[in-house]
Amino acid sequence: MNTLLNNSDLFITGFRNTLILFIVAGIFALILGTIVAALRVSPIPAMRAAATLYINVVRNTPLTLVLFFFALGYPKLGLVEIDFMTAATVGLSLYTATYVAEAVRSGINTVPVGQAEAARAIGLPFTQTLTLVILPQAFRAVIPPMFSVFIALLKNTTVAAGFSVAEAGAIRSNLSERGEPAMAGLLWVALIFVLIVFILSFVQRKLEKKWKVAR
Amino acid sequence: MTIQAASDALVSLNGVNKHFGQLHVLKDINLQVKKGEVVVVIGPSGSGKSTLCRAINRLETIDTGEISIDGKKLPEEGKELALLRADVGMVFQSFNLFAHKTILENVTLGPIKVKKLDKATADKDAMALLERVGVGQQAPKMPAQLSGGQQQRVAIARALAMKPKVMLFDEPTSALDPEMINEVLDVMVQLAKEGMTMIVVTHEMGFARKAADRVVFMADGQIVEDAKPEEFFTNPKSNRAKDFLSKLLTH
Repeated sequence: MNTLLNNSDLFITGFRNTLILFIVAGIFALILGTIVAALRVSPIPAMRAAATLYINVVRNTPLTLVLFFFALGYPKLGLVEIDFMTAATVGLSLYTATYVAEAVRSGINTVPVGQAEAARAIGLPFTQTLTLVILPQAFRAVIPPMFSVFIALLKNTTVAAGFSVAEAGAIRSNLSERGEPAMAGLLWVALIFVLIVFILSFVQRKLEKKWKVAR
Repeated sequence: MTIQAASDALVSLNGVNKHFGQLHVLKDINLQVKKGEVVVVIGPSGSGKSTLCRAINRLETIDTGEISIDGKKLPEEGKELALLRADVGMVFQSFNLFAHKTILENVTLGPIKVKKLDKATADKDAMALLERVGVGQQAPKMPAQLSGGQQQRVAIARALAMKPKVMLFDEPTSALDPEMINEVLDVMVQLAKEGMTMIVVTHEMGFARKAADRVVFMADGQIVEDAKPEEFFTNPKSNRAKDFLSKLLTH
């Protein structure tokens, strides 16, 4: 307990950065992933191909390498300069978006084809058929896997510690510098993660209840 | 069919062919439906009648031939096609009400998003339609809370809300329990009386006798007979139709 209380500043900054990474990357991944999933079911072959390529390349690359690219490779390209926190956010967003896209696509596949036919029959174009009829039902169907993706994202944020981002995963090394027992520190970090995931699971249950679609 | 008759047709199919892989499901289909006409399409399963119905609003693409609605050729894709579909109401065998929307929202979605009606007007029109098909009480409920017959009547109201030029019915009563079939047929008979142009794929011979102007009999992807209902039922010309009708009457 002393490890936690005496170093609350470290824990607070660490978890604050973790939550910022999680929330910002989560929102971007959700938006990007949904767009990519939509492209994967688009009637235009080139769009489907582009989305499939993106998913296969990024999802099959280890997260560490993705972050390596943004932290170390990207600055050498001479484009807009970004700090490590932004680099980590971009890397995590692009990586997580591939998982979101696949979750959303599996959701789209659960929506009976008749729903899309009915939408097209009343004159809705492809985009509106997707956004007004298919996606709302697809999201409802994939709340559990979607939350698994976000829980993974929450824990993946610790990888960013390796790239000088002072998030929760970096707490241990900072504690060591202060001469605190690393083991106790790690246990506290783990405990707080479990707590945050509990909160996420609680939100998940609420959403599942609220958005149940009866057929 | 003369050229004169073809040109004033609301729905016109000329030389339509379609394959599903090796299977030739629509063989050189020619069909003209005039404004206000009620055409019932019957035939054994696998005869291509549902495919024919779905091709008319391009839920099924065709290989060759031409389909036009009100003189306009069916566009292949995109906005044009969406606009044309808004003029063609469709009722499905499995209702296909939007499962995440209330009954009222199901009916108002098209008018609000496609016709750009304001919500108040769309709601008012939708309620009038729901009352007309006898499910006004159900407006705030979700589709799954309704019986099959009620859902299908909502589906008819949803199609009517777009003020279509023609209504397509693809086996509208085939998924219903027997006691619910009549409530849907009554709505359809009423619609026919009001002068709606209708193309109805069905197994309900009673409806064909009562409401149809013409009966089109299909078998193996071809239109085998096209006649007035009395004539078709009392004096079918082809052996295929005689055979089909005799099987119906056995039970």
